[in-house]
Amino acid sequence: MAGAAPTAEARAAEAPRDHAGGGFASAVSALVRKDLRLELRTRESVPAMFLFSLSTFVLFRFGLDRESLEGDLASGVLWVTLLFAAVLGMNRLFVAEREEGGFDAFLLAPVDRTSLFVAKAAVLFGFLVAVEVAAIPAFAVLLLGPSPFQALPGLLAILLLADVGIAVIGTLVGALAIQTRARDLIVPLISLPLVLPVVIAAGHATAPLFAEAGAEALPARWLGVLGLYDLVFGLLALAVFDFLLED
Amino acid sequence: MAPAIELSDVGRAYGERTALSGVTLTLEPGRTLAVFGANGAGKSTLLRILATLLRPHAGRARVLGRDLPQDGWAVRGRVGLLAHDPMLYRELSARENLRFHARLHGVDETRVEALLDQVGLRRRADEPVRMLSRGMTQRVAICRVSLHEPELLLLDEPLANLDPGAAEAVEPLIGRSAGPARVLISHDVEHGLAEADLVLGLKAGRPALLAPAASVTARDVRGLY
Repeated sequence: MAGAAPTAEARAAEAPRDHAGGGFASAVSALVRKDLRLELRTRESVPAMFLFSLSTFVLFRFGLDRESLEGDLASGVLWVTLLFAAVLGMNRLFVAEREEGGFDAFLLAPVDRTSLFVAKAAVLFGFLVAVEVAAIPAFAVLLLGPSPFQALPGLLAILLLADVGIAVIGTLVGALAIQTRARDLIVPLISLPLVLPVVIAAGHATAPLFAEAGAEALPARWLGVLGLYDLVFGLLALAVFDFLLED
Repeated sequence: MAPAIELSDVGRAYGERTALSGVTLTLEPGRTLAVFGANGAGKSTLLRILATLLRPHAGRARVLGRDLPQDGWAVRGRVGLLAHDPMLYRELSARENLRFHARLHGVDETRVEALLDQVGLRRRADEPVRMLSRGMTQRVAICRVSLHEPELLLLDEPLANLDPGAAEAVEPLIGRSAGPARVLISHDVEHGLAEADLVLGLKAGRPALLAPAASVTARDVRGLY
């Protein structure tokens, strides 16, 4: 897409003469509502992500030949599964935009382009939460040894922080990959190394919660790492997203 | 008032292949430029440059008084592009699609209902676009283009798939009477000439004909193909 992004001052100065558009928040809200509506109609992402998670838990159960897992192993299995499920969502995040002309229509609208990033990241975050609402209980039933209830408050905090990081990277990589013919290959190839720190931090943070003797204290250090990752990559993504839409 | 379009030696390449080169013209507000040429002649590339979706690689392009690509952000929202792709989500209804675009453009939703009425689609407005015929989908796409009352309409075969009644219904939105300057791509030579004030003929990306419509005959245009 052509045209450098203007400064906020330039936009404000132009507002009386040029179409101001619907504003950032309105654009984000319109994009999120549109994506959620499309997902409700097509059911292309969330059910596939959940079924993938479920199948993977079953495979781990038989592949490891263990009826229950705890500690590091349980944490690792959970996070690797959720990460691969997230890749499915990343792959489909911009498909409607690409195949149905949504990119061009959006680029013709007088709105800040980062609104597309914020909206898509919010949608992917929502998809991850929806998948986890069903996948975590399935994991607890199929594989987890210790009771999940004690771990739940800490796990929720880790999930939310990790989901933000995965959504940010997933949106960035999804937007990059959709411009190529090898989308299905590009997304995992680029996103998996980028989200490795999330898996490491989330895995380390989750392991004590799944301890055999019951949930131990939440390691604040790893939560801090997740928070820092979200902040750094969130800002980075906001800074570079415009360029991904450039012609 | 600045010309709607000022192009000076504009060109564009895709990798090694030159899609467009040496296009120089001026179009005044309210006037219509008809663009003719065979498939691959560069018509759609020209339209996408004017819509700010493509960056010109050569020459100088000004649209609605703003330089492209650097002022592209100030042009968006003032142009309406009707391309081959209707830019509509197939799983959403006509009304949902138009409301979505209305919000992006900061347009009141009452305009959506008025447009649906105007093109005779109110009764089918809640059906998914994938259930509509091509002609109906084209009418919805024309509503999308007209939502924000653009100052420059970029129209690629706007009457494709429309029956005479539908063509009449969309005339106030995209026809000469609509008011804005227009760039019209059409393979219907007679219709294109009748609508145009200025004619541009492209051959292999280069201008082969540029003249006032009054001095161009259908035979001149057919020579481009």
